[in-house]
Amino acid sequence: MRRIGYILLYVCLSLVALFQIFPILWLFMFSLKTNQEIFAGNPFAFPTDPKWENYLKVFDGGIGTYFWNSIWITVVATVLTILVASMATFAITRMKWKLSGLVLGLIMVGLMIPIHSALIPLYNMFLNANLIDNPLSIVITYVTYNLPITVMILLGFYTTIPREIEEAAIIDGSSIHRLFFRIILPISAPIMSTTVIINMIYNWNEFVFVNTFISSDKYKTLTVGIQNFIGQYMTDWGAIGATLVISVLPIIIAFLFFSDKIMEGITASAVKG
Amino acid sequence: MGLCDMNKVMSNKWIIFLYTFPALLLIVVLIVIPLILSGYFGLMDWDGIGAMEFIGLNNYIAALQDSKFWESTLHSFLLALFSAISLIGYLAVALILASKIKGANLLRKIYLIPMLLSSVAIAQLWIKIYNPSNGMLNSILMWFGIDNPPAWLADPSIVLYAIFIPIIWQYAGFYILIYYAALKNIPESLIEAAKIDGATPLQIALKIKVPLIMNVFKVTIVLSIVGSLKYFDLIYVMTSGGPNGASEVMASYMYKLAFSSYNFGYGSAIGFLLLIITLIVTVIIQKLTASKDEIQY
Repeated sequence: MRRIGYILLYVCLSLVALFQIFPILWLFMFSLKTNQEIFAGNPFAFPTDPKWENYLKVFDGGIGTYFWNSIWITVVATVLTILVASMATFAITRMKWKLSGLVLGLIMVGLMIPIHSALIPLYNMFLNANLIDNPLSIVITYVTYNLPITVMILLGFYTTIPREIEEAAIIDGSSIHRLFFRIILPISAPIMSTTVIINMIYNWNEFVFVNTFISSDKYKTLTVGIQNFIGQYMTDWGAIGATLVISVLPIIIAFLFFSDKIMEGITASAVKG
Repeated sequence: MGLCDMNKVMSNKWIIFLYTFPALLLIVVLIVIPLILSGYFGLMDWDGIGAMEFIGLNNYIAALQDSKFWESTLHSFLLALFSAISLIGYLAVALILASKIKGANLLRKIYLIPMLLSSVAIAQLWIKIYNPSNGMLNSILMWFGIDNPPAWLADPSIVLYAIFIPIIWQYAGFYILIYYAALKNIPESLIEAAKIDGATPLQIALKIKVPLIMNVFKVTIVLSIVGSLKYFDLIYVMTSGGPNGASEVMASYMYKLAFSSYNFGYGSAIGFLLLIITLIVTVIIQKLTASKDEIQY
């Protein structure tokens, strides 16, 4: 009886897993098929003769630019976010001043607000500053809108740093900058790597800001770029599949290598709220 | 003496300013001021390029009489309701997963994969799944002998529900992961004690585990409801609110007004109302969940 119960539970869990994973497998399979094979054939079948040329077609179509833009914007925004957030978190948690709580509260305002409420004024500001269709607008927006979550994740660690470490450094005659860059930043490496991962995923997947602020193809990132591609390939399912696979593959590969860190980051970004 | 120096160094005003200024500048200029400006632009008749004309509360009054605005608000709240209800399902899966199941770690990783993909990719994938003639779903349905499967995204009466499935698909792993982490934090001794007292696994789950992770559950209620109210990417890409507004939500309506119809003044007013609604709902849920807490003790 107990055994049957366990088997039933496993069946439930496996069905959920199948539901979660099958659409992605189906995507991989149809990215390697011809339209004929997709439309007439069995959706569960493996491609009889994998059409890698679907991928070549997409690369020839210029997805490389979008890919490169996604990479550099993600990396630059992530590095800046973590530097700015670490500095602010250090001053808020480790330094002594009256307004630290207020400043923290102000930063946390960004956690719950709908970005759409700020979108028109942001667009107008960038228009007046000549930053529309300039990747700088994307980078600074990413940095700003990821600051609250990054500070929130860093906060827990920073409050647990023992005072003695700071005292020892200051008594040894080290400056605050030296203390921050040479001691605090290195010991916060594990929590920083969690924030790196969260920031990378957010930036890689971001859509609204790029869609609103960028109009030239040469600055678009993958999320917006694949929209163009798919419009272009309207009826060519293989090419659409290949486009989608190329856009999700980096994240899936990262997950294979860093799954524990990614799960830790996602949990931290939610529960501490 | 040393400690005295220490306090002096750690309360150096210049250093504090230097370290917090970049973050504060960005937050104030790119988040706080735009939010306030949104309310202000809402008072204007403005196409985004030309001069603004002050029209008082007309945009806000127009919004309250705009049936499209109310429909999109209703759709947003429906999504929020679905999302909140589906949390119970995620909790059930997490409870099973955390009850010493072999392979639990691999399973929760598999569950999480969709969460890592961009909403755009998810939307495009599900457009293909829902494709009336060649999509995966209708292929399967026709296999089972259903001759006229629905046109899913093209059918105004089911499009909103059809969109909700990929949203579940996207977020299930996220909530399961959070519940699983919380359940694993429950001290083993509590569970053992209940077992010795003869509690069944179901009783342990409902009477001990669920109450113990209630705080986490409350956080996820807020997350899912507020997240749903501002939901945008997936819907915008899958249907852009169509057919005929049947899947329009608050954020997509605002976006359309501003960046398709160039009605920046009215769009700002809707954006500001979105902010107000989100804030009110957040406060209400937090009040509601807090009072439950007090009854419990």
